[in-house]
Order: sequence, then structure tokens, then C-alpha cells
Amino acid sequence: MNLPKLKYGHKLNFSEKLYNFFAILSGLAIFSAEFFKQVFRLPYEIEETKRHMYDFGLKTFPIVSTMGIIIGFVLALEGYAVLQPFGGTDFLPGSVGLSIVREFAPILTALLFAGRVSAGIGAEIGSMRVTEQIDAMDVSGVEPFKFLVVTRVVATTLVLPVLTVYVIVISIFGGYLAVYLEGGMSFVYFANSLLPYVHINDLVAGLSKTFLFGFAIGIIGTYKGYTTVGGTVGVGKSTTSSVVISSLMILFIDMIMVKISLL
Amino acid sequence: MSDVLLKIRNLSKAFDEHKVLDNISLDVFEGENLIVFGRSGTGKSVLLKSIVRLLFPDNGEIYYRDRNVLTMNKQELTEIRKNIGFLFQSAALYDSMTVGENLAFPLRKILKIKDNDEIEQKVRKTLSLVELESAIDKMPSELSGGMQKRVGLARTIITEPELILYDEPTTGLDPITAKEISKLILDLQHQLKMTSIVVTHDLICAEIIADRVIFLREGKIYAEGKLEELKKKDDYFLRNFFSSKLITETGVENV
Ligand SMILES: Nc1ncnc2c1ncn2[C@@H]1O[C@H](COP(=O)(O)OP(=O)(O)OP(=O)(O)O)[C@@H](O)[C@H]1O
Ligand SMILES: [Mg+2]
Repeated sequence: MNLPKLKYGHKLNFSEKLYNFFAILSGLAIFSAEFFKQVFRLPYEIEETKRHMYDFGLKTFPIVSTMGIIIGFVLALEGYAVLQPFGGTDFLPGSVGLSIVREFAPILTALLFAGRVSAGIGAEIGSMRVTEQIDAMDVSGVEPFKFLVVTRVVATTLVLPVLTVYVIVISIFGGYLAVYLEGGMSFVYFANSLLPYVHINDLVAGLSKTFLFGFAIGIIGTYKGYTTVGGTVGVGKSTTSSVVISSLMILFIDMIMVKISLL
Repeated sequence: MSDVLLKIRNLSKAFDEHKVLDNISLDVFEGENLIVFGRSGTGKSVLLKSIVRLLFPDNGEIYYRDRNVLTMNKQELTEIRKNIGFLFQSAALYDSMTVGENLAFPLRKILKIKDNDEIEQKVRKTLSLVELESAIDKMPSELSGGMQKRVGLARTIITEPELILYDEPTTGLDPITAKEISKLILDLQHQLKMTSIVVTHDLICAEIIADRVIFLREGKIYAEGKLEELKKKDDYFLRNFFSSKLITETGVENV
């Protein structure tokens, strides 16, 4: 795997920055290709992957829970204020549910996950790089890409969809809480006016992109960590740029996926 | 003479314009302890890293048992690397694992040992060689620099590789521990027939273990031979290196 080298320095001019932009993009492509080359190769490192899945899941659980409840609550509250004058609150559960399933839960969970996990991965692998731990693993005859990168990328790809399902459930609950407090709607009534509007293809459209988000978060965090140079300062840079790049990538993927799902 | 284990030919490596290794050729024989001396920044670590292809040299060839390390594919390289131990100057312990897990890691991953009792036994035995059995459950960050170094050494030797590259194994250790570590390297040579390349600034360590010594200077091998011979040589640079006396710009020795 030959990754393009980035230009470093305090003051990069425009063309150097442009060069770095494309170098990062092609680096990510090469890195992803290496991932697919190695992911099916033995040993599968299942223990290590499971460990990361628990770790990433637990780490983001409190924040996505809070976010989920609040988002559902706020969406329903806003919707209620708009629909109530027209007597249209019957449509509220459906529209709230739909926007949560298709857009809000996937994208917001992914952005929070990126902030928490991508940064963590960038920092951890980055410090392993600058303290020669990756080199030590490499010379000992253990493939560090497999052990450090593949396990984490698999973990982010699998955990994010699960978290998103959880966030969907909890934000719909948040939505119900809002309408209950506003108008005293019963849960059965709420459910009955939600389920007919949310179809299985909405769920598929909402969840399928989370695999891509998870993959992007994992790949970007590990790529930035793996290519860290310049000691502890470099680790700091990798950490922040992991978050920035993966957040932008999530928004970009979302745009494309929405376009595709509406074709 | 015994067989050549490692053959280096015309090795060169530059960083930007700065030539660090300049056309180095060297044979390392099976079962010997070779000491590499040289002042700070002369490329000793670069030499060790090139041997295992952590750094890719600009020029030259490296043969391990007549197989070209620089042209072989990744799988072959991995196989070769499993026979070579590397002690990093910085110890490079996996800081998310305990000391015990650091040592168990190569046993599980490289020797593919599955039996946990066997692993534990081996880990304890190797830790006792560096007198750190009590640190088995500690995290690397809880250890002193010297202790980390010794754990790094234990992790390197636990798989009993054929060739070990030591980057300053005794730096940062107190004189007594340094001697014990040197003795350990000597024992490994005698009992397990290991070959070692040892980068060091520690003259006492060299006296204990050296079969042969090379001096790196300005990217080249400046001198080579037995330690005793080199000490006696009438050479300004070598005399300065071995003598503990202060020197002046003019080269006149000062007390
Ligand atoms: N990855 C690298 N990138 C750029 N320059 C490097 C790199 N590694 C080493 N160098 C340079 O190569 C030269 C030799 O470095 P090396 O680490 O081999 O020295 P050394 O002989 O091991 O010194 P010491 O005894 O202090 O450990 C130094 O000038 C260093 O700046
Ligand atoms: Mg060095």
C-alpha cells in the first residue's frame, strides 16, 4: 500500500492545500481498497472487533440517547404548533416518524458518532504511530493494518446501524412524549397514526446509508491515525481532521444517497 | 568462520539532502554478537530499521539467509520478520495492554499458542529474566522508563527469534541492571544460539557481549574489529570515543 505523502509546513499556499485535498481523497481510496483486500483474509480477529464494537457503542450510548429523545421531542413539538390550528395533528406521528427514520436519526447519530469515535480512533492510532507501536507490531510479523484498522472499520460499520435503530426508537418515543404532554394523545392512537406512514423502504433508505456512514467514519479515523507524522502535535492534528473530514463525508454521502433513494 | 546470516551490500539512505547511510556493506555471522557504535544521529537506528524494511533504503541489497529482503513480497517479509526480534530505542510497548498482554501478544499471534496456561507460564518466565514478574498486571504508563525498556526486551525475546536487533538495550538503566541485561543477551547467545546486533553507547555492555564491533561515522563504517583491538588503535576519533577524558577543539587531550 503506497499512500500519497501530504505536504507539511506552517504556511501552505493554495496549490499545496489543493494538492493535499486530492492526496487525502486518493489516500482514502487506497486505504479502503486495502481494507477490502484484507477484511476477508485470516485471521479474522473477531475478539478484537467485538471489543471495539462494545467500546464504540458504549462510548456513544449516552450522547445519542439524549440527542434522540430531544430531537423527537422538538420535532413533534414544532409539528404540533404548525398542525394544530388546522386540526391536522393526526398527521403528526406519521410525518415525525418519517423524518426521523429517513433523515434525522441516521444523520445526527452519524455526526455524533463521528465526533466521538472518529476522533478517538484518530488519536489512539496516531499515538501508536508516533510512539513506534505500529512499527513494533509490523516488525514482529503481525499485520498492523489487519489488527488495528480492519477491526475498527468493521466495528464502526456494524455498530452505527444498530445505534441508529436504537435512536429511531428512542426519538419516536421522544416525539410521543411531546404530543402526549401537549394534547394527551394515547400511545395506541399515536402508533396507529404512525405505522401506516412509515414503510419498510423508508427504513431501508434510512438504515442502508448508515453502513456507509459507519464505514467512512472508521476509514477516515484510521487513515488519519495511521498516517500521523510529527509527534504529539501530529496526533492532535489527526484527531481534529478525523472529525472534520468524516463529518463532511457523512453530509456528502447523505446527499448522494437521498438523491439515489428518490430516483 | 560460521555462516553468514545477514549480508548487507552498498546500503544507502538519505533523508532529503542529508545522507544518513552511505554505501554500507556488512556481514553478520550466525551466532555472533555484533556491536554498532557511533555518535548520536549517525544512522544506527536507521540501519537497524532498514534491515527489517521498516525504512526502505534508497540503494543497496540486504540478504537474510541469502534471500533478498528488499525485493521479497509482503508474505515472505512477514515470515522473515517472525525470525527477527527488534527492540526499539523507545521500547514501543502497546500502551492499551498490560505488561502481561504485551508479552502474550506475540505468543498468540506469531507462535499461535492457544493454551492460556502455557502462555501465562512463558510470560512469567520471560518477565523473571528481566526481573519484572511483579509488573505483570501493570499498564506500561505505570512503569519507569527503565522498566519499560526491560519489558520491551522481554517482549522481543519471548518468541526466541534467530536474530535480534537491539536499539540501545541498556540506555536509561542503572549500571547494575545494565550489566544484568548485558549478561542476559550473552546467555541468549550461548543457550539459544541467537545472533544479535546491538546498537549501544554503553562500553561496559559492549565489553560483556561483543564478539565484534563496528563504528559508524558520517554514514560509513569507520572502523571494524575486535573491541580490544580497536581500543588500542592509534586513531584520534576512536581514542576520543573510548576515553573518558575531556577533549579540546585541537584534539589535545585535557584532564
Ligand atoms: N523518518 C525520518 N525522517 C527524516 N529524517 C530521519 C528519519 N529517521 C532518521 N532521520 C535522520 O537520520 C539521522 C540518523 O538518525 P538515527 O535515528 O539513525 O540516529 P542514531 O544513530 O540512532 O542516533 P541516536 O544514538 O541518537 O539514537 C538523523 O539525522 C535523523 O534526523
Ligand atoms: Mg537511535
